[in-house]
Amino acid sequence: MLLILEQLLNGLQYGVTLFLLAAGLTLIFGIMGVINLAHGSLYMIGAFVGVYFGAMTESFVLGMIAAILGGAAAGLALEALVVRRLYARDHLDQVLATFAVILIANQVIVLLFGRQPLFAPIPEALSRSIDLGAGLQYPAYRLFVIAAGLGVAALLYVLINRTRVGMLVRAGSTNRDMVRALGVNIRALYTAVFVLGAVLAAFAGFVSGPIYSVEAGMGERIILATFVVVVVGGLGSIRGAFIAAMVLGMIDTLMRGVLPELMRLVLPPSEADALSAGLASMGIYLVMALFLLVRPQGLFASGN
Amino acid sequence: MMPVLSVEGLVKRFGGLVATDCVSITLNPGEVHAIIGPNGAGKTTLINQICGELRPDAGHVRIMGEDVTRLAPHRRVRQGLGRTFQITSLLSEDTVSMNLALAVQARGAGTFRLFDRFIGRRALWQTVSALLAGTPLEHRAEVSVGDLSHGERKQLELLVALAREPRFLLLDEPMAGLGHVESQEMILRLQETRRQIPILLIEHDIEAVWALANRVSVLVYGRIIASGTVDEIRCNPEVREAYLGDEQAEVS
Amino acid sequence: MTSQRVLIVLILILGCIWPMIANALGQTALVGLATRVLIYAIAAASLNIVMGFGGMVSFGHAAFFGVGGYAIGILAAHHGTDPLFGLIPGTNAFLIAVPVAMLLASAVALIIGSLSLRTGGAQFIMITLAFAQILFFLAVSIKAYGGDEGLVIRRPNELFGLNLRDRATMYYVTLMFAVAFFAMVWRLRRSTLGAVLNGVRQNERRMVALGYNTYAIRLYAFVISGAGTGLAGALMANALRFASPDMLHWTKSGDFIIMVVLGGLGTLFGPLLGSAAFLVLETYLGAWTQYWQLPLGLILLVVVLGTKGGIMRLLTQVAGWFVRRLP
Repeated sequence: MLLILEQLLNGLQYGVTLFLLAAGLTLIFGIMGVINLAHGSLYMIGAFVGVYFGAMTESFVLGMIAAILGGAAAGLALEALVVRRLYARDHLDQVLATFAVILIANQVIVLLFGRQPLFAPIPEALSRSIDLGAGLQYPAYRLFVIAAGLGVAALLYVLINRTRVGMLVRAGSTNRDMVRALGVNIRALYTAVFVLGAVLAAFAGFVSGPIYSVEAGMGERIILATFVVVVVGGLGSIRGAFIAAMVLGMIDTLMRGVLPELMRLVLPPSEADALSAGLASMGIYLVMALFLLVRPQGLFASGN
Repeated sequence: MMPVLSVEGLVKRFGGLVATDCVSITLNPGEVHAIIGPNGAGKTTLINQICGELRPDAGHVRIMGEDVTRLAPHRRVRQGLGRTFQITSLLSEDTVSMNLALAVQARGAGTFRLFDRFIGRRALWQTVSALLAGTPLEHRAEVSVGDLSHGERKQLELLVALAREPRFLLLDEPMAGLGHVESQEMILRLQETRRQIPILLIEHDIEAVWALANRVSVLVYGRIIASGTVDEIRCNPEVREAYLGDEQAEVS
Repeated sequence: MTSQRVLIVLILILGCIWPMIANALGQTALVGLATRVLIYAIAAASLNIVMGFGGMVSFGHAAFFGVGGYAIGILAAHHGTDPLFGLIPGTNAFLIAVPVAMLLASAVALIIGSLSLRTGGAQFIMITLAFAQILFFLAVSIKAYGGDEGLVIRRPNELFGLNLRDRATMYYVTLMFAVAFFAMVWRLRRSTLGAVLNGVRQNERRMVALGYNTYAIRLYAFVISGAGTGLAGALMANALRFASPDMLHWTKSGDFIIMVVLGGLGTLFGPLLGSAAFLVLETYLGAWTQYWQLPLGLILLVVVLGTKGGIMRLLTQVAGWFVRRLP
């Protein structure tokens, strides 16, 4: 029972991380029509920049700020140099160009930081476990991540639904041409959306640092799961991304937590672990495949 | 005689908006039945439901008596539906003959061999030449579609639809964007075409409608408000009212 | 002679004498490299069928490559010992194992294709990617067949008593398959199916309006493409005597796409040139620096953003320039 509760909370934490990435990705696709494979690289850059500066200044908060600023800078640079040229291109070119960016980004990180994972410390204040009642002790840091993630989700909700910029974003994701016809500076809107996505990804990367390892290629591991979330949620829909992220995050975590126990009942330990790790990894993809059989456009399809 | 196309009580709603309001249309052998109406009347929605790109909320579509309401678009084509698009939809990288060849190839059961030589299929290409003979595109056979004029593309659009030997044609504004001379040419072509197969003509160009149609139905806000012969429609006061301020051409 | 025929003859001659050239240069490793170039060329040419002729961007072709490779590996593992699932005997016979590998790859392509082709555009890309990942994780998780360390194949398949361990022999066997495969692709391209597929790529709506079942047509092409990629995987398993989960990883799918695009999307020889360019870059950049993916990424970025038509376009332009100047 306790195990299940703990796994649920872990699932929530993973789901929130997925959402931060998926929100940016789905916005970038919904509004600009660009498939950004390199979104995971922004996640990685946020983690490295934040952890590095955090270590240098010995302040978690300063590290977080550095991560956000670094993410924004990286996003700006990426948009100006590469993504801008992809708006008019077909998906193949977008996939190839952003794939190339992944290659470049990974190697640059290796050049700067080496191949060994970077140690990302948990700040003092959050390093205890909190008693959640019913005998469940849960790491404070993970609770922080959940809270931060949900907080950002709430901010995003307000931004998208209550501000003028948000209205443009919503309009843009269903009808790009109309927004242009309204005389809005499309260039600025696109850049703003991309940078927003980059910042979300960088933030996610930084807060995930202590939980998952900070190394080159970390983005690719989570970006595939992010794509699944985006496709299931519906390309262009933040609401869909949220629901899908939560559900898929839970499913994935529960499978990883529960399957090894089940497998060990029938198989020898090392084989059971390998098989259950594999099956758990396959899990969300299978869910996606089944889901798309029934509803190819995802939960909430946008007009684009 | 059985109608070639029969649309019965078609209804389509988008949220609170009723785009198609219990529309019934028939197309009989040998006739040209024109559908006219102001912009926003729901012509596109209607066409999409007839062709299968949109599912109606209620009602039926029958081709040669067969209920096709649940059939996918390509299967309705196999039942005899042929259509043109308002904005020409051709293979722009290919030549005029290649476009026609693929239409001819589509006739019949549509099976094809894996390792034949498409260009080497003499009978097929002879058919293509025969189709082009006597048409304005006769000497433009090897021109790439991208290099054709707008009028030529409209002509090709019609030819391609015919090349497949459908049972009837649904023409979506074949006159759209044509200048005066090209319009006359197109009307001539359509006069010839109507002798071969029945046509459901969706058009804005009133002159063409008066010149070609046997029957006319008027679609306004998703409803057929009037249906009858050309003369009946020309004199119908409701129709005039619906068109006032919407059509520049005088409705008489 | 047209410039294309000249090119074909030149390439064939080069292909036939390649091991001799390599020996003359004292670089026997070039033979193994050429074998891999040909194998990847087959895979890229298969992908080109759906991407170049059919207009579908599949990010999951590694799945078929891996299925082909593992089929050889698993059949070899059960050769001479217990049968697979207690029913299916293993085999070391090339002429049985390779067709089985292709068949399996086709079956997987049928499953993946029938599901993925219901979508299009960006969804298609991501779904194909996800399906390949499913297979990747499956391969990693089954320790009996090597898990994440991969499956060693003790002996290459039996083919008329030929010693496939010998680099030159394996090379010539691969060359024969490559020539046969490219000939098949050439015929496919000019067949009715090729013309129809080309039509579907250009304007699906028009083809539907003509009555073509575009879903079925795309599926045919996808399955053929899967079979070809499976063949490449089977050959690779023989050449390396190894089947690894890497064959199924999405970055392998990415490599295939790069090869097709570098070489010239939709052209006949593009996949061969792209495969050669990619492997040469990988080998020589790799020897120069461990960070070779950085210049590769930069080159790719420049090619994608800057040019259209890849190497093939460049070469045909150069070749055309030469042909025009012939007396």
